[in-house]
Amino acid sequence: MVKKLFSRLYVGLIILFLYAPIAVLIVLSFNDSKSRVVWGGFTTRWYSEVFSNSTILSAFATTIALALLSALIASVIGTLAALGIDRMRRKQYQVVMFFTNIPLLNADIVTGIALMLWFVRFLPLGFTSLLLAHVTFNIPYVILCVLPKLRQMDVNLYEAARDLGANSRTAFFKITFPFILPGVLSGFFLAVTMSMDDFVITYFTKGAGVNTLSTMIYGEIRKGIKPEMYALSTILFLIILLLLILMNIVPRLKNREQTASAVRDF
Amino acid sequence: MNRKLLAAPYLVWVAGFIIIPLLFILGKALTTADGGFTLQNIAAIASPIHRKALLLSLQLALLCTVICVLLAYPLALIVRSSKLNQQSIVMFILILPMWMNFILRILALQMLLSNNGILNMILSRFSIAPLEIINTPAAIVFGMVYDFLPYMILPVMNSILSIDNNLIAAARDLGANGFHVFWKVIFPLSLPGVASGITMVFVPAMTAFVISDILGGGKIQLLGNVIEQEFSVSMDWNLGSGLSVALMLFILATSLLLGRGQNQSDRGRLLW
Amino acid sequence: MKKWCYLAAAVCCAALTLSGCNNKEETESLTIFNYGEYMDPDVIDMFEEETGIEIKYEEATTPEEMYTKYSSGAISYDLLCTSDYMIQRLINEGEVQKVDFSSMQHTGNIGDKYWEFASVFDPDNEYALPYFWGTVGILYDTTKVDAPVDSWDVLFNGDYANNIIMPNSQRDAFMVALKYLGYSLNTSDEAQIREAQQLLLQQKPDVQSYLVDEARDEVVAGNAAMAVVYSGEAYLGHEYNNNLAYTIPKEGSNVWLDTWIVTKHCQNVDAAEKFLDFLCREDVAAMNFEYIYYSTPNEAVINSLDPELRNNESLVPADSATDNCEVCTQTDAAVTQLYSDLWKELKSE
Repeated sequence: MVKKLFSRLYVGLIILFLYAPIAVLIVLSFNDSKSRVVWGGFTTRWYSEVFSNSTILSAFATTIALALLSALIASVIGTLAALGIDRMRRKQYQVVMFFTNIPLLNADIVTGIALMLWFVRFLPLGFTSLLLAHVTFNIPYVILCVLPKLRQMDVNLYEAARDLGANSRTAFFKITFPFILPGVLSGFFLAVTMSMDDFVITYFTKGAGVNTLSTMIYGEIRKGIKPEMYALSTILFLIILLLLILMNIVPRLKNREQTASAVRDF
Repeated sequence: MNRKLLAAPYLVWVAGFIIIPLLFILGKALTTADGGFTLQNIAAIASPIHRKALLLSLQLALLCTVICVLLAYPLALIVRSSKLNQQSIVMFILILPMWMNFILRILALQMLLSNNGILNMILSRFSIAPLEIINTPAAIVFGMVYDFLPYMILPVMNSILSIDNNLIAAARDLGANGFHVFWKVIFPLSLPGVASGITMVFVPAMTAFVISDILGGGKIQLLGNVIEQEFSVSMDWNLGSGLSVALMLFILATSLLLGRGQNQSDRGRLLW
Repeated sequence: MKKWCYLAAAVCCAALTLSGCNNKEETESLTIFNYGEYMDPDVIDMFEEETGIEIKYEEATTPEEMYTKYSSGAISYDLLCTSDYMIQRLINEGEVQKVDFSSMQHTGNIGDKYWEFASVFDPDNEYALPYFWGTVGILYDTTKVDAPVDSWDVLFNGDYANNIIMPNSQRDAFMVALKYLGYSLNTSDEAQIREAQQLLLQQKPDVQSYLVDEARDEVVAGNAAMAVVYSGEAYLGHEYNNNLAYTIPKEGSNVWLDTWIVTKHCQNVDAAEKFLDFLCREDVAAMNFEYIYYSTPNEAVINSLDPELRNNESLVPADSATDNCEVCTQTDAAVTQLYSDLWKELKSE
């Protein structure tokens, strides 16, 4: 009992830790003052202003498109890479992992400027260059999330499936893929996070007139971040939360219905 | 089919978008402003100021990594023992805060921690002495842990949650007590996840600079700040690149040393 | 797991649709590079409507960032607005086209004083058009600071230990110390610069933090008694907290000037000149002033301000206030290196 209480407390504290700044941001979105450190009363006007601000909305669209596309491409390439790397011998493995760590290791400004100098030679800066850059720094996160799952996997399972007559594709999709899927998803989520947060690399690889929320926010720091940004963040947060709840409740309700009808049939 | 071939698209990507830009950096690192060859930019890491910044970065990044492991591991064990079947939901709850913009979160954290900040306001309600944490290395570590914790939680939790219950049951049948089950079964199987988490936390933490500027009040100079300063203020790309390359060599050497320390068995190796 | 696949599929469709809506037809256009939040977006819309010239607008946070992106040649910018010393660098490197400002309709609105400021880096006023300007000074909280503040001395005498915010930018921080010591902020005398560093080193234990962008908010929130800020920040700070006051210390300070130039890559010089002239038009300059609230060099705008703003010293400084102030010019390579080394030394203490 004490142990359970302690566990709850621990999880609660971690969630408090992670969500406290988010709570601050949500409060700021209702602040009727342009300064983040002055409380000017309660307002919902920033929410209506978000939707009439075409610059913010287009930056939002670019941010989401970029984050999802780059994370998806990175997930595919990264997962395949992890499957391959898992089979490499020690030396090869170490070399590949060294290069994999480079985007994590280099300060953003180093990666950003280097990519810019490279892109300029064959590509006009625009959405494509942004996408290439984002995929580049996203892949390592996917690899690092998928590899441990592969390491943990019992090779015998896959072999057994093969022995029982499954071809390599079936064995992969029936055995390996479901096992590593949580890793792939973690990698995908981390990649989305990285992509949405990045400012420096985005700044150096974007074309004129293309904006993401991060580049807009950095531009606003000195004059004070526009409260619309807090409102937009809050909306985004609530939408995802809502999706999460729906995805949880709907299947549960369905299950209950099925059980209920099963009972009735019986 | 040879499964190694699956890595081919990635290797192409590495060549095109990691190695070539890396050559640009190497080129800058090995030349002077006039284009002559030099090793000075890389050797500059040994100058007292840079060495101090490197050591401080190393200390703070290590501390941050250790705290992240210590926070994430019990969390993963708790989630495992609570038999939550909705693992993805737990994962989602932990990563959702990260989807608010980084700079907004760090500024919010600064508002929480500052001298007249929200945390101290709450503490004073309960007549507790105010925390003077802002603008200290402690604040930087706090911010780093806040920012990087999910990168530790996800891989650690992934590997701990997928340990087969039958293995643990078998260990118990064979007479292992709780501690033995943990030490002989859970711990070794969770290591690859922990290693990934360590990489994803420690390596980026070495070059963090926004956190030290905002939460450290610009009073504490980390290697990330120096590199960023060389590139964006002094516009000395040669020195900035040199320091970056030196840091790469440092990490490479560390990983090789760690790699040598391990046994040759294929499954047990750390990730770097 | 199926739901994840559906989700992923939905996500991809959404992403593809979102990314698809970025293409526009090619018309006459100008690519403009400016600081963030440094122009009323309505001004851009107005210009596009009036002239039919499309604006591609790009923002940066620092002059160095602008320079890096500009000089990579990644994007061919037509017009660029940045700070004094960076404009000087661009002029010296031959990146700038001459513009005949006297032939324009509205450039007469810019006061002589500001052309004179600009002549420090553009001697014949043939390249750079003044846009906004200001000073660097001390923003302080009158409830925490009793003695009248009129000298940089308050930052160095230890009275406000741990209550001071210094600029987190090497030139600005050294400027404070150099001016306090009575030297020019553009000095290239190594001994003077080293003396300034000694002063900053002694001061460091008393400094609460080195900030640029967040400095104003920290004083507004009451976390610090005083901060070295740009005059425009002072005006905004006062808006949020009436107890704040701003002063340009008597030893003198830095007067900064942001100007527009036409780059050598600009093909459509006519359109670029149209844009510059448009910026000087009274109604447009007024819109920008009300959006940014930095000091404007546009005398037509100044003269029609309501008295409250007209008499605000941080927005419209008296001519005498800037007497001891200097415009910051580009330093040569050796001095830049010295600044960088000494700054790192200071930060590493």
